[in-house]
Parts: sequence; structure tokens; C-alpha cells
Amino acid sequence: MNWLKYSSPQSFYPLAGRMVPWFMGVSVVLGLIGLYIALFAAPTDFQQGDAYRIIFIHVPAAWMSMLIYLVMAFWAGIGLAFNTRLSSMMAHALAPTGALMTFIALWTGAFWGRPTWGAWWVWDARLTSELILFFLYLGYLSLVAAIDDPRRADKASAVLALVGAINVPIIYFSVKWWNTLHQGSSVSITRAPSMASIMLAGMLVMVFAFWAYSIAASLMRLRCEILERERNAGWVRETRR
Amino acid sequence: MAATAAAACGAVVARDLLIAARRRSDVLTTFFFFVIVVSLFPLGVGPEPDTLREIAPGVVWVSALLAAMLSLARMFGADYADGTLEQVVLTAQPLTLLVLSKVLAHWLTTGLPLVLMAPLLGLQFDLPGDALVVLMIALLVGTPALSLIGAVGAALTLGVRGGGALTALLVLPLYVPVLVFGAGAVTASATAMGSVGHLSLLGAMSLVALVFAPWATAMALRISLE
Repeated sequence: MNWLKYSSPQSFYPLAGRMVPWFMGVSVVLGLIGLYIALFAAPTDFQQGDAYRIIFIHVPAAWMSMLIYLVMAFWAGIGLAFNTRLSSMMAHALAPTGALMTFIALWTGAFWGRPTWGAWWVWDARLTSELILFFLYLGYLSLVAAIDDPRRADKASAVLALVGAINVPIIYFSVKWWNTLHQGSSVSITRAPSMASIMLAGMLVMVFAFWAYSIAASLMRLRCEILERERNAGWVRETRR
Repeated sequence: MAATAAAACGAVVARDLLIAARRRSDVLTTFFFFVIVVSLFPLGVGPEPDTLREIAPGVVWVSALLAAMLSLARMFGADYADGTLEQVVLTAQPLTLLVLSKVLAHWLTTGLPLVLMAPLLGLQFDLPGDALVVLMIALLVGTPALSLIGAVGAALTLGVRGGGALTALLVLPLYVPVLVFGAGAVTASATAMGSVGHLSLLGAMSLVALVFAPWATAMALRISLE
């Protein structure tokens, strides 16, 4: 089977359309199971009380936010190297979901930090690098929005995504050293007591639910993007009938 | 070939420096922007010497970041507007080297003045003598990275709507590591730790930027001029 066939927007459009309901369905089912485990099955933490339950949303969102940036940079790089339109559209389609995940991670982190650390915001290395990751997403999205010519937007944003991807680890370690050099970090997620297996199971289910949601949402956005870009192509007119 | 490339690079640097010398106000605006921003902080924070000494490294570095960022539009802007940039891209010389020359000229006209001015501003913040030396060295090692990384942002936003604010959004997050270690070096010099580690990392960042940034900038310029 020739997979490269699906690198053309025309043949990927119906494939994406068939994939979206499946991923969305998986996301909803896993999400319900995960939320049931998170809210009812998992026991109350003896140190943090019920406040810890936000991690069932927080951890998957933080995980996705970083992963999506790398996937986005990957597709942007492919688009730049091979001049494939679909790869660049894929990168554009991923960015809003990634920004959303970063925002959710920051927001839920604040909700968790208030009862646990006693502060909405702490300049911890993870929080700070997540915030900067959010800024990187915003920069990418505004660059794409600011350039009218789609092909130029593709390439310019690809260069930015790649530069950002090189910088993400540098930023993470610099912020980590910055904090530890200033003072011993007063709060740490890694020192939290090890999790009960039911909690871990709930979290993994939620992670897969977030994966499925991200894929479904990005594919839906990709379909819109394809239609918008190819609106003058014959096959789009036929689809519209 | 190597000789002609070197000659072309020299010509680019000489031309940009000449333009800067003829339009002195452009260079001075950035410079005084830096001075004014640094001087505003004591007015906002209060004149206690202890507080000022503590915030001085961060204030000077953040102001340097902003000044470097504001001057980015000048790096390619005028050349893009009058078509010179297109000719530069079309020459037979490697574009990465020509870009590097433009970045060098930019640093000489914006980065270097900040380095020279920083000790005087540090005095306003009651920094001790050895901290002033470290501040100067840190700026000397770190500001090239600001010009290099900034060049990528400047090239990407050429002729784009909302250029200036957009450049800030693209470039400032990428400046974070330089800020962390630049300001950290001065703070660390007051402790037993010393500032060598910070300065080495700052130098490493400038070198990494020196390798990747001209290449990315050249690519971005080609995209912008397509």
C-alpha cells in the first residue's frame, strides 16, 4: 500500500473525515472511564485531600502541551524540507490544540497550587517553562495569522517552530538552574508520595483520552484548513456539490 | 573565492557602520531608550540601596533585551524597503556570511554601546566594583546572542503586518536563557559560587546562536523575499 498517497490534501481529506469520529469516540469513552476513576474510584490522598484529583486533568494536559509542540515542529520541518503542503497545514492545525493544552495545564496547576502550596503561582522551573512554552505557541500562531500569503506563512512559521524546538530544552534547563541556583526549590512535584496504582491507572486512561481528543481536534481543524486552501480546486467543488 | 567572500562581508559591515554614522539618531535612540528604562526602575521601586543592588542585574539585562529587540527592525527593514536586500540575496557570496556581517554591524551599533554604558548605570544601583566588571563581561558575552537570535525574528517579520509587536512576541521568549544566565552571573558573583559557570554557559549560548542563527536567518530572508 502506498502511504505517500495520503500526503496529498485531496486524498487525506476523506481519510481524516473517517478517522475523526473514531478518535472522538475513543476520547469520550476513555474520558468518561478516566473521570469515573478520578472522581469516584481513586481514594482520597491522605496528605493533599481531594485537591490532588486535578492532576487527572493537569498531568495529561501538560504532557500533551510539550508533545504537540514537538510533533508540530516535526511536521513543520517536513513541510519545509519536502515542500509538502499537507505537512505545513498539519503543523498549523496542531498549534491551537497545543496552546489550549498549555493553557489548561497552567490553569489547573494554579487551582492545584492554591490548596497544596498556598499560592496560585510559584516560579518553579516546570511552571515557568510551561509559561514560556505558551508564549512560543502564541508567537507561532500570531506569525501564521500575520502573513497573508499561505505558502510564505507555512515556511516562515516552520523556521520559527524549528528554532523554538531547539530552544525548548535550553529554556527548560536554564530555568531549572535559575531556580535551583537562587534558592532550594520550596515545592517539588517529584517529591510527592508515590501514587497508588488505581491513581496511576486513572491518569494513564486520561492521558490516552487527551491523546485521542488532540488527534481528533487537529484532524477536524486540518479538514477545515484543507477546504479553505483548496477552495478553488475541482475536487472541493465536487465535494460541495 | 574565499577572498571575495571576505571582501563582501567587510563591505557589508563597512556600509552598515557608515549608514549608522550618517544616521546617528537611529543608534542614539536605542541607546537612550536603554538608559531611560534602567533609570525608571529606581523611581518605581524606591531608592533603598539594598533593594536596588538586588534588582540591578535583572533590570539592566531586561532593559538590554528590550533595547536589542527595539533595534531589530532596523537590521533589515531599510534594505528590504529599498530593494537592497534582494540584491544581497542574489549575490554569489554565501548569504549566511553576509547575514553574519549584518548581525555584527548591528551588534557594534547597539550591543557594544550597552556594554560600555552598563557600568555607569550599575553605579546608579550601588553595585560594588567587581559586580560591575562581571556585569560588563556578561553583557559582552551575552549581547551577541541577542543580536543573532533577534536576526531570525527580524527576518521572519519583514514586511508583515504589525511588525514590531510581532517581533517582540517571537523573539522575547527565545531570549529567556540569555536573561537567566546574564543576570545570574552578576548575582552569583556576590556569592561564594562565583560567576564563571554562568559566564561559560552564556558564552556557550552565544556560540550555539552563532552556528544556527545566521543559517536560520538566511533561510527566513529567502522566504520573506520569495
